[in-house]
Amino acid sequence: MSIKKHSVTLDVSRCKGCTNCIKRCPTEAIRVRDGHATIKEDKCIDCGECIRLCPYQAKKATYDVLEDFASYKYKIALPAPALYGQFEELEDVDEILTALLECGFDAVFEVSRAAEMITEYTRRYLKRDDIVKPVISSACPAIVRLISLRFSYLCENLLPIMPPIEYAARIARSEALKDNPELTDSDICVLFISPCPAKVSYVKNPLGVASSAVNGALSVNDMYFKIRAKRKEIKNPLPLSKSGIIGLNWAGTGGEATSLFSDKYLAADGIENCIKVLDQIDNGTIHNLEFIELNACNGGCVGGALNVENPYIAKARLRSLRKYLPVSRNRIENGGDELPSDVMLDEKIADSYSQNISFDRLEAIKRMSETEDIYKRLPKIDCGSCGAPNCHALAEDIINKEADETDCLIRLRESRAGGDAEND
Amino acid sequence: MADSVNFHFDIDGDNFTSAGEASVMIKKLLRQMEFSPDVIRRVSVAMYEGEINMVIHANGGTADVNVFCDRIEIVLKDNGPGIADVRLAMQEGYSTAPDNIRSLGFGAGMGLPNMKRYTDDMRIESEVGRGTTIYMTVNV
Ligand SMILES: Nc1ncnc2c1ncn2[C@@H]1O[C@H](COP(=O)(O)OP(=O)(O)O)[C@@H](O)[C@H]1O
Ligand code: SF4
Ligand SMILES: [Mg+2]
Repeated sequence: MSIKKHSVTLDVSRCKGCTNCIKRCPTEAIRVRDGHATIKEDKCIDCGECIRLCPYQAKKATYDVLEDFASYKYKIALPAPALYGQFEELEDVDEILTALLECGFDAVFEVSRAAEMITEYTRRYLKRDDIVKPVISSACPAIVRLISLRFSYLCENLLPIMPPIEYAARIARSEALKDNPELTDSDICVLFISPCPAKVSYVKNPLGVASSAVNGALSVNDMYFKIRAKRKEIKNPLPLSKSGIIGLNWAGTGGEATSLFSDKYLAADGIENCIKVLDQIDNGTIHNLEFIELNACNGGCVGGALNVENPYIAKARLRSLRKYLPVSRNRIENGGDELPSDVMLDEKIADSYSQNISFDRLEAIKRMSETEDIYKRLPKIDCGSCGAPNCHALAEDIINKEADETDCLIRLRESRAGGDAEND
Repeated sequence: MADSVNFHFDIDGDNFTSAGEASVMIKKLLRQMEFSPDVIRRVSVAMYEGEINMVIHANGGTADVNVFCDRIEIVLKDNGPGIADVRLAMQEGYSTAPDNIRSLGFGAGMGLPNMKRYTDDMRIESEVGRGTTIYMTVNV
């Protein structure tokens, strides 16, 4: 489960070492050492919080560009519904989809179509009586990683159905093969147009599937300008869109949950709020809920760090776009309450700790005890000037030999005043 | 090297809204040490009830949790009014909680009995006018 390739990276030359980012990182993955930030690879969930708040644009998201995939015979675009909300005066989704073809894609497959199917399968899943409730959506990869890292006991609650991006890629591939018998699977390249670094990271490090059917992730802000230029030239958009209200609603918070037609749901957004909700699930203060939708970004995917438009404006645009659309255009009529195996995740989303493999409780207790001893000596003011987000994180870093007690300025002063007695 | 780890909490008697936070903290820490869900549930329920009691009946106190590989020891100490008749207080349904607390869903008189039920050992030392100390052990 460890992430091999992150989307969120640091441009050391821009970083001023201001420590703004360290305190707001939801997994305490950032430290400032030697005058600049560093990201702990094993803790970063690619949520993009630090990208949004760095005053010097030192944090950035890396993603793929269309040109990297020129050698493929057949390229399919998977636009996230959040993409549509970026454009002003958009009458019809078809304009965007047609412009994508003009940009060099051979086909488009809307992720919102797969979302409508996943909605149907989720309804079926919720009817089962052998599942752990509340079921937590597994659509936001930043949330899934957060759960596996900080709330691993809730992995059981994660919806074991493919996220729309993955299911869309698989259907798009098989449709392409059917429509173009001359193609083989390796001729086809599926490219997701991502609103956030978390989904870019998902493509490189898929969750719950052995390998992703998506080949690469482009960014909404990069494609925005390309699409805008092409859009001007389009007179007659092709009738390509096959999504309904439900599919487009997935772009914003509540879209996934409300489409389940159950009022026993909760939908939250913003990483801080999501953490509070996850905390509460365990306190027993959330009763009787069937489904929990959590979006790391404010407003949902429209709030992703790779978008160009303000999330609330994008949401308002989507609201007018979905007017007069059918509720859903991707209904699954047959199969009763069956869940076909090809929509289910291949593997359980497990926690990222080395659980049960080499866990030594006595060792863990000793380490904790040492950490607490160090913590007791620290000033507990969480000033951040040591480069760790709080005193407890510094204590953990010291135990992990990544920092020294004298990184704490107050401890340094004390040890000097005490004649360096502890500094031998 | 220590074979146990101690966690100390000051339970604020003036801040009713923070009551129960220490038990949430302990739950998290025990999870990091990968105790079984059953052990974690027993410790956190016992701890929670004791914490709430200290806030409602004794104006706060301290909680010390000592975690060993094979057991978890909890010591709850307050300088409150003490319990005059411990046997009576231990009875299910017995409660002296005021009405405003009851309206929040507390005061069912099940706290002490549950602490006894969920732990393997429980001992109450109490002196009227001086305070109460409760020792509990949950075996792993
Ligand atoms: N720490 C304490 N200090 C003083 N009295 C206490 C304390 N804990 C419990 N008691 C007494 O014991 C009674 C029973 O406690 P408990 O079983 O937890 O029920 P409840 O808290 O619902 O009243 C309380 O109503 C109170 O009179
Ligand atoms: S916010 Fe973080 S990345 Fe940006 S300049 Fe400050 S320390 Fe560096
Ligand atoms: Mg009680």
